[in-house]
Amino acid sequence: MTTTPTKTLSAAPPKRDETTVIMAMIAVLAVLPLVGVYPYFVMQALCFALFACAFNLLIGYVGLLSFGHAMFLGTAGYASAHAAKVWGLPPELCIIFGTVAAAVLGLLVGLIAIRRQGIYFSMTTLALAQMMYFFYLQAKFTHGEDGIQGVPRDPFLGFLDISKPLVLFYVVLAIFVAGFLLIYRTINSPFGEILKAIRENEPRAISLGYRTARYKLAAFVLSAGLAGLAGATKVIVSQNASLTDVRWEMSGEVVLMTLVGGLGTIFGPVVGAFVIIAMQQYLAEFGQWVLVIQGVIFVACVLAFRRGLVGELAQALSRNL
Amino acid sequence: MFNISTQALFAQLLVGLINGSFYALLSLGLAVIFGMLNIINFAHGALYMMGAFCAYFLLNVLGVNYWLALILAPLLIGGLGAVLERTMLQRLAGLDHLYGLLLTFGLALIIQGLFQNYFGSSGLPYAIPQQLTGGQNLGFMFLPNYRAWVVVFSLTVCLATWFAIEKTKLGSYLRAATENPTLVRAFGINVPRMITLTYGFGVGLAALAGVLSAPINQVRPLMGADLIIVVFAVVVIGGMGSIMGSIVTGFALGILEGLTKYFYPEASNTVVFVIMAIVLMVKPNGLFGRA
Repeated sequence: MTTTPTKTLSAAPPKRDETTVIMAMIAVLAVLPLVGVYPYFVMQALCFALFACAFNLLIGYVGLLSFGHAMFLGTAGYASAHAAKVWGLPPELCIIFGTVAAAVLGLLVGLIAIRRQGIYFSMTTLALAQMMYFFYLQAKFTHGEDGIQGVPRDPFLGFLDISKPLVLFYVVLAIFVAGFLLIYRTINSPFGEILKAIRENEPRAISLGYRTARYKLAAFVLSAGLAGLAGATKVIVSQNASLTDVRWEMSGEVVLMTLVGGLGTIFGPVVGAFVIIAMQQYLAEFGQWVLVIQGVIFVACVLAFRRGLVGELAQALSRNL
Repeated sequence: MFNISTQALFAQLLVGLINGSFYALLSLGLAVIFGMLNIINFAHGALYMMGAFCAYFLLNVLGVNYWLALILAPLLIGGLGAVLERTMLQRLAGLDHLYGLLLTFGLALIIQGLFQNYFGSSGLPYAIPQQLTGGQNLGFMFLPNYRAWVVVFSLTVCLATWFAIEKTKLGSYLRAATENPTLVRAFGINVPRMITLTYGFGVGLAALAGVLSAPINQVRPLMGADLIIVVFAVVVIGGMGSIMGSIVTGFALGILEGLTKYFYPEASNTVVFVIMAIVLMVKPNGLFGRA
């Protein structure tokens, strides 16, 4: 099944370029801990990068701004932490369980939220995420403010000893690359073309005979599941699941990462995640100033820098990144 | 003849009415701003908080009393809103509505972060004005004067706003500019100035709600952060197409929340969101929304 791209859609990007950049990105990421970068920092950034890529799938390719994506990150985190600590499941099953939990939540939330477009969609997702926050605040198994601490790191797939930082790092990198490639494949598939058509002109897509609500729901579930994959992996890395991951600030942070990197670019969310996580590390001692600085970056990006870092670079090089 | 539990029921109903007053004032401001600017003002909660802080400083630094603060704080914060509109929001005209949401979210982070920096997270007390201390014993419940005042005054302001927009000449310009700004401009009306004033007015309503809430809830940097998310849900339930709709929805959901606190307290935090989900399933455009 093929669709004719509308005039605003760019022509098919030069594929060889993108493949080269993807290979280069993976190579750079793979050597980072070997050249002295703290592995824990890179792992954390990779989890957020996957989270931001999942979020970008919705805003960049379907035009839906979810302001509640933290609920998927946090739900998967709690689910996998509970599976690991209470049920004693091996980490690979915990991650799968967390991802599935987030996808199921994505299906329920999606059924409600995609009934509205634009800012109503954003407000709806924000409100539903706040509802989930109150649920996790009151639920017994999340241990409220304490969170689920000391999540075990059993061998991954039964033979990879992820209590060693470097082994854990390559496991996390593999998960990130798998998620990233799945998104890349999705946006370049016929399904992805239909999503872009919906973003550009939903009534026209409907008049062409597409049931756009189903496509939007499928994209929403996929995005929620991938955000869950990031959340579940993050819990195995940090060994705790807490309310921080379901708060509205977290939903705002992923919007910021994607905006800084470049909405609707392939590599933007990854760059944005590394930039914001690095900034938070360096500014950790300044307390609430981090919030203020994030706010300033938001305002600056929206007023003067809407394409983001990768978007501007792509523009300068006349490439599709 | 009335036992403790009916007293508790009426007490929760009153709390619900008070919260409903704030929901109504805030969602009314959001609806007015949305009508003219087509943006959803994420900074509304932060500006509500600034209204409360403004009243606090007026009293403790300049010795200005509550009654003057009730007029001055909305004017000052509304003026700040007008400046924000002129310097930033105006540049987003013609862009996707989402950018307005992102910009005002950034503004909310900046404002709340700055106040948290200087005032921490704890609350500052604001005394109830002398004239409104004490209360009435209604037989079935004790009604504090200040709380009665908040409900009556909020309702009056909401209805006055409705009257001004729906029934006066100025309101008709406003409604016309909402429908077709280009045409209204062609008639010689300064639409950009009207947009600035509308944003300032909506922000002023938020600041007014902040002043009203200062003696009830303490003055805290994050007092607006969680409130605004509930107000967003209220706005989704009501739909922003109707001024009266925002007022009715605001009060109704406040009362429903109060009732939930009495009958099933565990759900009181989430009841508004659950209602929002149900309304979206049944009537996606909201109770008062236009298709």
